[in-house]
Amino acid sequence: MTVRRLADNQDINFKFDNHDLKFLNSLLENYPKDKKQSAVVPSLFYAQRKAGGWLPEKAILAVSDFLDMPKIRVLEIATFYSMFNLQPSGDHFVQVCGTTPCWLRGAENIKKACKDYIGQEREVSKDGLCWIEVECLGACVNAPMIQINDDYYEDLDYESTVKILKDIKNKKNIIKGSQIGRKSSEPLERD
Amino acid sequence: MVNIKIDDKDYEVEDGLAIIQACEIAGVEVPRFCYHEKLSIAGNCRMCLVDVEDSRGLSPKPVASCAMQVSEGLKIYTKSERVKNAQEGALEFLLMNHPLDCPICDQGGECDLQDQSMAFGYGSSRFDGDKRAVESKDMGPFIKTEMTRCIHCTRCVRFSSEISGNDEIGSIGRGHDMEITTYLNQAVESELSGNVIDLCPVGALTSKPYAFSARPWELNKTETIDIMDAMGSNIRIDSKGLRVMRVLPRLNEDINEEWITDKTRFFWDGLNNQRIDKPYKRVDGILKPTSWKSALELAKEKISNSKSEKISALSGDLVDIESIYALKKLMKNIGSDNFDCRQDGSRISGPPERWLFNSTFNGIEDSDGCLIIGSDIRKEAPLLNSRLLRKSRDDEYKIGVIGFNNDLTFDFNFLGENPSIVEDILIENNNFCNDLSSMKKPLMILGQGALIGKDAQNFQNICIELAYKFNFINDDWNGFNVLHSAASRAGAMSIGFFPSGKGMITEEIISNYNNNKLDLLYLLGADELNLEKNDDCFVIYQGHHGDVGAQIADLVFPAAAFCEQNGLYMNTEGRVQESIRSTFPLGEAKENWEIIYLLAKEMSIDIGFSNLNELRNQLIEEFPIINPYREFEPLPSPKKDEFNKLNGHQFKRIIDSYWQTNSIARASSNLSKRNNYIKEENNR
Repeated sequence: MTVRRLADNQDINFKFDNHDLKFLNSLLENYPKDKKQSAVVPSLFYAQRKAGGWLPEKAILAVSDFLDMPKIRVLEIATFYSMFNLQPSGDHFVQVCGTTPCWLRGAENIKKACKDYIGQEREVSKDGLCWIEVECLGACVNAPMIQINDDYYEDLDYESTVKILKDIKNKKNIIKGSQIGRKSSEPLERD
Repeated sequence: MVNIKIDDKDYEVEDGLAIIQACEIAGVEVPRFCYHEKLSIAGNCRMCLVDVEDSRGLSPKPVASCAMQVSEGLKIYTKSERVKNAQEGALEFLLMNHPLDCPICDQGGECDLQDQSMAFGYGSSRFDGDKRAVESKDMGPFIKTEMTRCIHCTRCVRFSSEISGNDEIGSIGRGHDMEITTYLNQAVESELSGNVIDLCPVGALTSKPYAFSARPWELNKTETIDIMDAMGSNIRIDSKGLRVMRVLPRLNEDINEEWITDKTRFFWDGLNNQRIDKPYKRVDGILKPTSWKSALELAKEKISNSKSEKISALSGDLVDIESIYALKKLMKNIGSDNFDCRQDGSRISGPPERWLFNSTFNGIEDSDGCLIIGSDIRKEAPLLNSRLLRKSRDDEYKIGVIGFNNDLTFDFNFLGENPSIVEDILIENNNFCNDLSSMKKPLMILGQGALIGKDAQNFQNICIELAYKFNFINDDWNGFNVLHSAASRAGAMSIGFFPSGKGMITEEIISNYNNNKLDLLYLLGADELNLEKNDDCFVIYQGHHGDVGAQIADLVFPAAAFCEQNGLYMNTEGRVQESIRSTFPLGEAKENWEIIYLLAKEMSIDIGFSNLNELRNQLIEEFPIINPYREFEPLPSPKKDEFNKLNGHQFKRIIDSYWQTNSIARASSNLSKRNNYIKEENNR
């Protein structure tokens, strides 16, 4: 992990509109009335989604305004959790699991596929693809795996990863989940 | 009370103490970095590990003594082999990423990490990897940062949310990459921010103005008091040769606890700028240096040639009680009653309980609600504001504000800006009445801004009536408080340096001055007056800075600043404390009382004393309330008085710019940098 800073290029408009505020206010109902700041993580997550997968400074300020929190306290949360992206992450954000089970099953190859096909880690390619290595995503039984935006792609190897990335680029349909055709995590038949 | 054993010795300590506190009481030293008595417990430095043993046996691993409470029969071992190992381990980890640049670090010589490494450390490091380096942060003109040195104790973070209340400092990132910073390197805005310099156990946050100017062991330390505001904070002035190098707080639980304001901490460079070091007299419209002899002769000539009822005197905000008393005696001898200490136009008068902070500062802890009237309390007494902040954490504690709707760092109920709201509350025609009537020990804080103008006495009477109606004053509680912002005001009032019956008050003196009806005006350090030069009136200014007062003067007597002479001051509670000399008066300057004594001698007036001791004895004999050695006792409750309906009474803002309230502060480049910083931030 490296020191996480806000992005240099903050050229984005961000404001919660009435629709957003309605949703955020419904979040507040999950918490005691005088403990509004408990909603900081879901609010930031919502803001990240709205801003296109990352948190610009305006989003942090908007959340601190909405929750009556000091700015620095929201910044603390945003920089603490690695699932908040402080840099733009493209339209297709690829998270490659590199923790032990995936690594044993060949995560290094997946990383190589991403590097070959997308480019350097954390850099957004022209096609709107961006990849980073993350800690365990909790799908070890189907290792190795990656997450693209909200979906998991499992049982990968170098070729199948490249195929997925190519299909994304060409706007083709791709199958979510296991790439070797097994259903969820049912046992694999050995040859 | 519980019985515990510390290192095999028996102790009886209070219930609910942390182990580290119990050890402190027992006189056993437990090393610590993150634990601080006045802050919440973080438990993240792991330096205070001790072994504990209860009925279930020895703890499986050492515990953090700051985060565990004592219990009956607890045995604590602070020096066992395992504890020693644990502490050495914690220190080795802390030092792993610490740069060890003590020779170029300002904290050197007073550094907790340095001291504790010597006392509890392993002596060498086994770490041969690359050290972490962290970008230094910009925290404004007072705090210098060297964040590579930071050990992440989070004292500064807790201070900024719990004591100063601004929530400006935080820790971003996590683990190895954690960094202490303000929001995107913005300057810290709090008036108490300088205290994080003292809190920082290492050299990560140090004083920017003091940077690289002295080592702690070469400084002369004088324990004295502060006069930047009327709280009388206890401070230590560190000087080297003839220069004041820095100001630090001293612990006084009754007044400032452990903190001081930034104005107090950084005013010291003002003592070196704009100083008056020799007598001056005006020749052809220009102030030219002269000798003491000719200056005194000129003063004598002018005073004797003026009609006594056309002579008047005003005293300033930084003057000690003795010299005001001496001036009062001189004025009486001349035959004039035109003297006043209330240069901001405040109309307080009468017995002390009408213009003192009767509940005392510690009384705030007992109170259960607060009504602030006409006071911008954060600017007038930031440390008092911090005490209220602490109380306001309790949801039951309601704070009402009439007057100025400023950011006080805590939530309050703003009732309006018109003084007539007090009348509404008196006839129970206000929403806040319900809250007020449920309070048993509420506080009323009247600022000086509420007591300016013709109707001020009447307004104060209404407030006293209100105090009796609700529980502000009852048989065992006196919560009627007047807050001063000038350090010398309470003292000057208690020796009667204001006209009673005959004589002119400030307002009349000023209007007479402007209308050429005054022959002679004696300004004793009075700088907060908005006067133009008037050639018809001879103005004598006695003071230490070439400020507003000296500009209109025809004759200037150079005087010592408060830290260059001994003097008594009464704080806004009525507590009398002595300010002790730390350096000597500059150039030909003399102590304040001595100048008045010499002037009296020149005029052949027998003023009744020839040294400070005689003066002080006389003063204490005449006004026993000034005795600094007397037991500090609460005053009786103020008496009710007749009142009428308010007639156009208005609140007045007495502090425009917090950083420039007196002549020393105005001469300080530290404080004006800070002042401009805020302006720039506001413009942005």
